[in-house]
Formats: sequence, C-alpha cells, structure tokens
Amino acid sequence: MVNLNVKFCGVDFKNPLVLASGILGVTGDSLRYVVQCGAGGVTSKSVWLKRHKGHPNPVIIANEYYMLNAVGLPDAGIEKAKDELGKFLKEGSAPLIASIVAGKQSDFGDVAEEVSKINPHILEINISCPNVDDEFGKPFACSTIDAAKVVEEVKKRTKLPISVKLSPNVSNIAEIAKAVESAGADAITAINTVGPGMEIDIDMRTPVLANRVGGLSGPAIKPLAIKAVFDIYKAVKIPIIGTGGVLTGRDAIAMMMAGATLVGIGTAVYYRGAEVFGLAVKEMKEWCKNEGVKNIEEIIGAVHL
Amino acid sequence: MSDIPKSVKILDIVQENSLVKTYTLDISLHGKPGQFCNIWIPRLNEKPFSVADDDGKVMKFSIAEIGPFTQELAKKKVGDKVGIRGPYGKGFEYKKGEHLVFLAGGYGAAPLYFLARQAGEDGCEIEFIVGARSENLLLYIDKIKKLKNVHLHIATDDGSKGYRGYNIEVLKEILLNKKIDHIYTCGPEIMMKKVSEMAFEKNIPAQISVERYMKCGFGICGNCVNDGTGAPSCKKGPVMSNEEVRKLKDFGQYHRDEEGMKVKL
Repeated sequence: MVNLNVKFCGVDFKNPLVLASGILGVTGDSLRYVVQCGAGGVTSKSVWLKRHKGHPNPVIIANEYYMLNAVGLPDAGIEKAKDELGKFLKEGSAPLIASIVAGKQSDFGDVAEEVSKINPHILEINISCPNVDDEFGKPFACSTIDAAKVVEEVKKRTKLPISVKLSPNVSNIAEIAKAVESAGADAITAINTVGPGMEIDIDMRTPVLANRVGGLSGPAIKPLAIKAVFDIYKAVKIPIIGTGGVLTGRDAIAMMMAGATLVGIGTAVYYRGAEVFGLAVKEMKEWCKNEGVKNIEEIIGAVHL
Repeated sequence: MSDIPKSVKILDIVQENSLVKTYTLDISLHGKPGQFCNIWIPRLNEKPFSVADDDGKVMKFSIAEIGPFTQELAKKKVGDKVGIRGPYGKGFEYKKGEHLVFLAGGYGAAPLYFLARQAGEDGCEIEFIVGARSENLLLYIDKIKKLKNVHLHIATDDGSKGYRGYNIEVLKEILLNKKIDHIYTCGPEIMMKKVSEMAFEKNIPAQISVERYMKCGFGICGNCVNDGTGAPSCKKGPVMSNEEVRKLKDFGQYHRDEEGMKVKL
C-alpha cells in the first residue's frame, strides 16, 4: 500500500496533486468535478474584490508543445466567489486554496480579508500573472520589496496560511522567495506562466492572441519549473507548491524531488482531460510500488544531497 | 495537435433569410453535426459557431447578424480570410433506420439540417419541425424539403407560415400519432427545456444541444461549466443526452456571463 497523503501548512491532502489556479475553477461545482476526477485539492481562479473583465478571444491557443494564454483574469468579484467557493467548502470534498489578486497593495488586504470570511484552507496570493496590465501583477512578483509588502499587508488581514505565487520571469526567483518568507509567507507556489510570449499568424499578419502576448505553460516549461522549485527549496524553509508543465505522475514525482510538497496541475487538463488527476495518481502509485516508496513525503527534496 | 486558428478563405456567401448568411470556408476539419468551431476575426474577437456542413472539402456556417462580431463578419466578401479552429465538442449521434423527430428553433435548423442529410441517407425517417417567430426568420426550408426520407413541419409564432404557435405543440402532436425512437433539438433553451421534460414524460430518448459561453473550446478556461455536473459543456457537450441534461441545475434556469456571473434566462 502506497501512502500519497501529504501535510501542507497543517492541512491534510489525500494526494499531492492540486488543480492550479486559472484552469476550470470558475464555479463550486466545477471544483468538485475536479476532485471527483482525482485531485487531492483545488485552487480557485483568482478572485478580485470587484468584477474584472478579461480579454477578448482568442484567449488560449495550444499545440503539442505548449499553451499560450491571456485570459486576463476575468472574475465576477467577491460576492460570487463567496457563493461558489462557500458551496464547495460546505460539501467538504477536498481542501480549497483560494487564489486572490488585486491591482494595488491595499486591495490585496481587502480581498484577503473578505475571502477569509468563508474560511478556505489556504490563501494563494497571485502577484505574478503576466496577463494583466503593468501596474498590476507583474511588478509585485518581480521586486523583492513589492512582493514582501503585499505579503505583510495580507498577513495583517488574515489568519489563514498564505502561499505566494511567484513569477519565473525574474533574474533570481530564490531571492524573491526569501523575501516573501521573511515577510511572513507560509508557503510558495512556483511557477506562474513564463514569458509572456507571442505567436503570430503570418497570413493575417497579426499576433494570434487578442492581448497580443500571453503566458507560456505546458510541457515546454517543465524544466524551468523544476529548476525554479529546486532553487527555492534550497533558499527557504517554507513548503512549495510546484507548478509548471506537469503532465504525468512521473513528472509530479520529479517536481517533488526538486522540493515541492504539493504539485499543481493545470495545462495538463488540455493534454489529458480533467481525468489527468486520477491518471497521474495511478502513475505515482505504480512508481512508488516499484521503487519501494511507502510514503510519498519521503521523496520531497530527494535530489538535494 | 494544434489549437491555433488557421486562416482560410471565404469561398461563398449566401443570404438565407433576413438575418442569416451561410459562409462557405475553404477547409474541412471533419466536423460532425452538433460540433462547433471557433471563428476568428483578427483584432476583434473569436466566437463559437456550430458546423452547418462539412463534406470533407469545404465547411459551411450559417450565422445570424446579431452582435458586433457577426455584424463585422457580415461585411466580409468572397475571398476575404477568417481564422478557424476546431471542431470542438460532442455532436449528435443516431442509429441507422430509426424514426427520428427534430425540433429546430431559429438558427438551430442549420446543424439539424446537416444531421438530417446524413441520417436520411442512412435510412432514418425524419420528422423535421422548424420553428421561428415569423416566416422571414425561417431557416433552410427549401433545403430541408429536398432531403431524402425527411418530412418537413413548419410552425411560426405569428402564423405567417405553417402551424400558428410554438413548434413544441407540433412535436406534441407528432409524439401522439407516431412511434418515434429518438428526439433531437437545437434552439432556444426555454424550448429545449420543454422538449427535455416532454421526452422524459414519454420515455423517449433525446439529444439536446446545450449552449454556454465558450472561450477556449477545449475544457480549460472553465467558463462553460454546467452546474450540477461541474463539467465543461464544450467537452461533455454541447450535445448531451437527456439523461445528462437532467443532471444540470442551470439548464433552463440561467447561464453564466464572461466573468462567471449567473444570468437568468
């Protein structure tokens, strides 16, 4: 018998695979559906304080190597989030990581306080979405000072454990991780999408995404994500949700060996359907069985000698 | 595997009625009746449209001018290019030789025409009910008349053509008088909700095209999830069996807008 249970920020997950923010996750029922497909936990789409419009279509394009998206964080705001996430929490099928986003430091505090009222298990602070205008996400996760300020603000306004989602689009992600740890973060989620990148339709002579640029995810970014998690694990003591390009159970194990306690799965839903969670759990169990691993927690950080 | 729009030429444009034009595109994506493709107009938007025909060489889409996107599309001329990707979702299915009834409201006639052509050739007998507010909004009437093994029934709300009243009344009548194996419907949700209830009461299987606000088309963005099942309708639908439809809590009640907020029907 293989035990895939992990404890993360004091919360028990029946397996380490969690839905990454931004994929599905618009409604309570959709989060429950992902749990039924085998996820150990789920992350909501990023919640804004007020209604936030996304970008026009196309918002997502993909092929066998990568996905490029600029959905633009559409959200109906805090009241809808309370309804939908509250419904999911009431059913109690798995732990909920509520992702929050804001354009200003003080708004991060407000949305954290409001979302905390429905008592999700963990808050994830999205300071790294590359798809919102420059005065939004990007600067926070790209500067140690700004990232730390957001964390301090959120910590003042909630008692929940917080995980800070970092951007890979910096020269030294470990430095940012250290800064948010010092500011009081309980965990790190890494990485958000890479880039942004651009795809051009040469016949139309125009970028394909309506937003022109979008965040890169999928198989192509897995080595970047693994390396980022490896670097962060060396730099901090707080646990990590490793996200980026994980498609299979073996990928998830690699991410854990680099230092992740939980593994985010998002773009893989495109390649293998929402059923990817159940499939990857099975693949993890098979590997553990063959390798004589009884508790999955044994392998966290295994490559760090 | 590529879900990036391809640019294709418009080969032909036909005015079907006062609102609807049929665009023939120089591509086949092997779309089936009930499936949809996303059509892209650069620097404007991209929207899902159900496949009105795909003969393995060209594809057709019958599109009503109802919003900024479709108005811009209506300005296109033969030879202009649009982007296309797909086909997405599950289409309609049938068994050879069955007696079927189709209920189309408004633009729903286009995908059901595509289905009727295939099913008729496969030996199905089809009662095809087309409904619209008035005669000038009826779609595909002449084309449906020419199909093999298809009996056309027309209903208009104002009685300007065929039965005066809702097409659902015509369906009720047919179900009373004929032995029907399977019901198919595509059109306004209020109408399809009634079909769902009627099919359940009469214990006749039905297939229903469930339309939600779709962005990506491949089960990622989460905008088109149904309540009840929580699954994305672009993957599990748009065509669902009545059994599946009856598990949906939003069907016939509300939709969600582009930010995920509930909007009453």
